[in-house]
Amino acid sequence: MTRKILRYALLTLGAVAMIGPFLWMLATSLTGDAQMSNADAALLPDPVTTDPYARLASAFPFWRFAANSLGVAIVSTLLQLFTSATAAYAFSRLRFKGSNALFVLYLATMMIPMQVIIVPLFIEMRSLGLVDTYAGLLLPTAVSSFGVFMLRQAFMALPKELDEAAYVDGAGPFRVFWRVLLPLVGPALATFAVFAFMASWNAFLWPLVIAQTEAHTTLPVGLSLLLGRYGPAWNVVMAGSTASILPILVLYVFAQRYVVRGIAFTGMKG
Amino acid sequence: MSAQRRWRNAGVAAIFLAPSLVTLLAFWIGPMIGTVWVSFQDWNLIGVPSFVGLDNYAELAKDADFHAALLHTLLYLAGYLPLVLILGLAVALLLNAKLPAMTLYRAMFFLPVVSSWVAISLLWKWLLNPAGGLVDKALGLVGIDGPGWWTDPTWAMPSVVLASVWKDVGFVAVILLAGLQAIPKDLLEAADLDGASAWRRLRSITLPLLSPSLFFVTVISLINGFQVFDQVWVMTGGGPGGASSVVVEQIVRYAFSYGRVGYASAMSIVLFAIILVVTVAQLRLQRRWVQYD
Repeated sequence: MTRKILRYALLTLGAVAMIGPFLWMLATSLTGDAQMSNADAALLPDPVTTDPYARLASAFPFWRFAANSLGVAIVSTLLQLFTSATAAYAFSRLRFKGSNALFVLYLATMMIPMQVIIVPLFIEMRSLGLVDTYAGLLLPTAVSSFGVFMLRQAFMALPKELDEAAYVDGAGPFRVFWRVLLPLVGPALATFAVFAFMASWNAFLWPLVIAQTEAHTTLPVGLSLLLGRYGPAWNVVMAGSTASILPILVLYVFAQRYVVRGIAFTGMKG
Repeated sequence: MSAQRRWRNAGVAAIFLAPSLVTLLAFWIGPMIGTVWVSFQDWNLIGVPSFVGLDNYAELAKDADFHAALLHTLLYLAGYLPLVLILGLAVALLLNAKLPAMTLYRAMFFLPVVSSWVAISLLWKWLLNPAGGLVDKALGLVGIDGPGWWTDPTWAMPSVVLASVWKDVGFVAVILLAGLQAIPKDLLEAADLDGASAWRRLRSITLPLLSPSLFFVTVISLINGFQVFDQVWVMTGGGPGGASSVVVEQIVRYAFSYGRVGYASAMSIVLFAIILVVTVAQLRLQRRWVQYD
């Protein structure tokens, strides 16, 4: 019994350390300028005001950045689902020469960090005329070796008899892929989609480098500029942080089971 | 399988592989090779690249700023890695129980993991603000005069480490929790019946059986740690006075502020080589401590 109490006490302490900063972020984002500049003022907002949010939206292209982030995240996720599922199907169901070597090559690219290739990638985008375009933002994120690996595992778990029955009925490989196998790996697709979306929504380095005007800036890059522009207006900065985290929190709450499954899968890989 | 069917299969495979393969080659494998090529050039992006052989690498070998950035990256890892592993393990052990509300607790520890580095870095920059930040206010209540955190050269890197550990502890915990849940309960119960203490059970049963998960999460954390960038860029910008400058931050600075892309690419290659060597060394060393059944 004492052990159980100790366990809950420690977990609660940890949870407070995790949730506390988020609540502080929210509280700051609801505090007015007068209270912010008074060092002796109460900790919690008094009165509660949505002023910082209004300033965020009026003096800063917040909605533009949010729309860019959302659009890029959705398209990037769809592209990754498409490129990963097609490759996963080839690697799990089609026999062709060099398939093992090619799969190893795919896995090896997981070892290449964006940080290492960022300079030539930028030079390449420049010569293609794609600097500061949506295509430039999207193309490097349109593929994921991790997604190929994950969906290949999902396809391999499906019995081969499914395909054979469909072939006997006169279906071709495209029909088998689209109509027979793909609908059966829904949970794996959903798990990967949640991951791809979160990664894109939170991405910083590549958008920082490739987007050069506000027209193509995404939310994380916009937020990082917010501090420079408003200096110590922490209530506005925290309003921006809160607003940027909110959509991902909503997604997380609804898709928690997929997120946890995906992380557990990541661990299994080792 | 007939020759004709095999050929047809190859054609079908090519169609299915084309979207991913073309993208991989064009935007990952190509640039990786490109990094090597650019690292041998003197190039400011405006003129024509001129081949300079290993000059960039020779300059790196003498560049005190780059050495400092490497050192800071290692210092970051020296603080971040043990803390995130020990705290992550502790949280995983606490969460590994069939009790009410464990899913809720797990979700709370995971909140920072799904948030962006930028938002979290801004939040911690505010929490650790020497002028009115919550942490210094709390320290003041117990009579401690808090340090200048990210405004102080000595405390800038510890500030970054603190924010990073806080963000990643849930990630480590969830991976280790999956490993813990795969450990057969009867083993631990048998040891309990034999009178083994909790500490003994942890050391002799849980940790050895958890070692594959611990190994995996160590490798991943090290690889990610060497590439630390977002939190440094947002919290300190590498400052004050270069006190928290790290490798990737220097790459970005040299390539996109100073326009020296050849020199920046040489840094990228050095970073990649370090990550590769460390990862291979870990794969070699794993035989010493990782137990696969």
